Amino acid sequence: MNAPTPEPQAADLETLAARFREVLPAECVVTDAVARRPFETDAQTMHRQMPGIVVLPQDTAQVAQVLKLCKEFGVPVVPRGAGTGLSGGATPVPGGVLLALTKFTRILDIDYANRCVVAQPGVTNLGITRAVEDDGFYYAPDPSSQIACTIGGNVAQNSGGVHCLKYGLTVNNVLGVELVTMDGEILRIGGKQLDPAGYDLLSIVTGSEGLLGVITEVTVRILPRPETVRALLISFDSIEAGGACVADIIGSGIIPAGLEMMDRFTIDAVEEYCAPGYPEDAAAILICELDGPAAEVDHLIGEVSTIAERNGATGVRASTSEEERLKFWMGRKAAFPAAAKIKPDYYVLDGTIPRNKLAPVLQRIGELSAASGLTIANVFHVGDGNLHPLILYDANVPGEMEAAEKLGHDILRLCVEVGGVLTGEHGVGTEKRALMPEMFSDVDMQQQQRLKCAFDPDQHLNPGKVFPTLHRCAELGAMHVHKGEVAFPDLPRF
Amino acid sequence: MGSTYKPSDERQLAELVTWAAAEGRPLELTGAGTKRALGCAVIGETDRVDLSGVAGVAFYEPEELVMSVRPGTPLDEVERLLAERGQMLAFEPPDWGWILSGQSAPGTIGGTVSVGGAGPRRYRAGAARDFVLGAHGVSGRGELFKSGGRVVKNVTGYDLHKLMTGAYGTLGVFTEITMKVLPTPEKTYTLLIFGLSAERAVAALGDAARSPFEPSGLAHLPRAEAARSQVSYVHGAGAAVTAVRVEGPEVSVKHRMGELRALLAGYGQMEELHSSNSLRLWHEIRDAWLLPSEVEAVWRVSVPPSAGPALVEAAAPDSWMMDWAGGLLWLGYDVASAEQGARLRAAVGQAGHAMLVRAPRALKAQTPVFQPQDDALARLSARLRQGFDPAGILNPGRMGDPAGAKAA
Repeated sequence: MNAPTPEPQAADLETLAARFREVLPAECVVTDAVARRPFETDAQTMHRQMPGIVVLPQDTAQVAQVLKLCKEFGVPVVPRGAGTGLSGGATPVPGGVLLALTKFTRILDIDYANRCVVAQPGVTNLGITRAVEDDGFYYAPDPSSQIACTIGGNVAQNSGGVHCLKYGLTVNNVLGVELVTMDGEILRIGGKQLDPAGYDLLSIVTGSEGLLGVITEVTVRILPRPETVRALLISFDSIEAGGACVADIIGSGIIPAGLEMMDRFTIDAVEEYCAPGYPEDAAAILICELDGPAAEVDHLIGEVSTIAERNGATGVRASTSEEERLKFWMGRKAAFPAAAKIKPDYYVLDGTIPRNKLAPVLQRIGELSAASGLTIANVFHVGDGNLHPLILYDANVPGEMEAAEKLGHDILRLCVEVGGVLTGEHGVGTEKRALMPEMFSDVDMQQQQRLKCAFDPDQHLNPGKVFPTLHRCAELGAMHVHKGEVAFPDLPRF
Repeated sequence: MGSTYKPSDERQLAELVTWAAAEGRPLELTGAGTKRALGCAVIGETDRVDLSGVAGVAFYEPEELVMSVRPGTPLDEVERLLAERGQMLAFEPPDWGWILSGQSAPGTIGGTVSVGGAGPRRYRAGAARDFVLGAHGVSGRGELFKSGGRVVKNVTGYDLHKLMTGAYGTLGVFTEITMKVLPTPEKTYTLLIFGLSAERAVAALGDAARSPFEPSGLAHLPRAEAARSQVSYVHGAGAAVTAVRVEGPEVSVKHRMGELRALLAGYGQMEELHSSNSLRLWHEIRDAWLLPSEVEAVWRVSVPPSAGPALVEAAAPDSWMMDWAGGLLWLGYDVASAEQGARLRAAVGQAGHAMLVRAPRALKAQTPVFQPQDDALARLSARLRQGFDPAGILNPGRMGDPAGAKAA
């Protein structure tokens, strides 16, 4: 974490708070230290920072006024949803304002004619599904924090979940947003139609980690519940065999709704924790979930079973009831709390690799783990190559947290080295900004930062996140070429 | 008429753009040149960059569902390579040649991605932008940059490659495009319902879309357009034809067709299309091939599906068809006029947008081809463009606004 955090502006926070109180009800402006404390971190708890002022606006116009005032005072602003993010994207900036969208909790429109829902950003991910499930619909992206995380945060982080393989990430499921820029301008991007009118701004606002604007309304598409959902629990005596089976399933033209793998260590941990009844002798287990029309799911259960057997599976069980399917998942969903029983702290990683690199990457992770002396539990969305190694450590043992961070960074470097990426769904935030150069050149990152400059030229919005180095926009805007100095290109002319 | 340059790799291209930026010489980017009539023409005197030499497959790993290609690779070559392994571009890129020039002209993958869009499967599978996982490109500064990667689950940095998709080459030049590909469905069946009004058709298509039977095509053809189909059940119907496509393994497709027939039984007479007839019909819909070739003006309108029928009525086209369950309208006018566009856009309002796809040159010059954006969005778009191409040399005017004209 050696990236620079921007210097706090020498603004008079008390004056700013008074100005906020002119446009917001007094209880929506929090300056008391005890009341600010809960906002000092998101779910990436390794690094904490007290915000200068916490504001809780109630509508879009108030958000616009808050942002205009922050701009006027030159004070940085960090937007925050439920604070469930795992990469420090909502970590406050010293002396800055934390803008929480806690009060934006209304669903504005449920439109079955156009199969979409319009919601305020503070509605939880699961809240959208809850609002439409009685009518047979659901919202597809399902991050594991879906009971608490908000749709606004999902858009900011481009959240994923276990069903991305078939249904995509947030970016593939958002139709429109209302976004307030640092200038206090209210932009409406997209809507209930499918195509963008000009540049596809939705594709960059989604996943922008709160650096481009504050989302005040979201339109998402909803899908009819599948007729049937069934799962297979498949065991293997080696990770390699499991990896080969995954490649074979997908190579056969089958796109499961979810495809999850766990290693031996994790299987033992969850057996101890909640006894889901996983096979005792397996080196790895695979949960393959298939959803859709009943006839198709039954057919594919047969196909996947055959594929598993030809890849040396030591056991194949297909769920025959909803109860059994949920039992298969129980262990997977308990992986994190089970790890927390073994050691007081864990650090969850989020790299993605090409699927066919799974076996060598896991072997290397094993070596790195052994060298560091820290244990790793491996769970992953193997269908999309998205790894979630859990590094177990004890923050009370001097040096262990730093060792865990170093090990984590080494593993993420490995992911990039084999053609993968630093983060599949958790975001860069503060956690991985120092690693960005592993994946991107200075030129690549400068081009991304110019996009930030188009929205927020003075860089007041969530500064210090995503990028390892802050460049002034004026510096990024300069063209370093001079007339006549570039050689005439050596190209065929016609 | 300026010169034409034909770089053979990304280095040469970067050098060329660097030089052009330094000299302030605008460039028109072309692949096969098949979509030059789509969108706006470039403004002013430009040199031309022929990207057909920056071609070929960088890698294709079928079991990883990923293909990476250089922009000059012909689209039909990409689709042929995928078909050999039982895969496809699931966003079903249209063959724009039919609507623009009356003949097949699929062009290159670079052009396909640069104009964005998608075919009938858009409703279910997504558009080009949903399948572009990463890209390498050259900015208007002449700098080589990349974004994204080769894996689906990736939130590292901003998705510049998605922003460039559909940007008509006004932000940067693709030098390599990495795409997610999907298995081709084993079977494609289509349920036809005859004789529905636009409103009834959208109701039926909506019922199908709300069902768990996973339709992957939801279109409606008025009687005259249906009569132009080469599929006998469609052209011989003597009535409007509403079409629902179902794809997948045979056992699943048969089951879902049965369920959809039962669900939609009250709407009207039905028929089923299988295999080649079914594929043919969806190509005709994808390419707007069923609009009469002699219409002067063709508009493509994107709206919420339920808004489709009222919009058709308000726009009073001479010919039309509907896709995406009512959310995509193709409207044809025998004789083009500026007034049609104004009326159409007034009817669309803020609910969506209308693009003028084909029109006589004079009309295209006086009617905005892309729906005008509100000021704040237009200024933001101009600033974005400046960030990529400060000298405004890449395809200036191709998306309507002269470079930077509205930048704050």
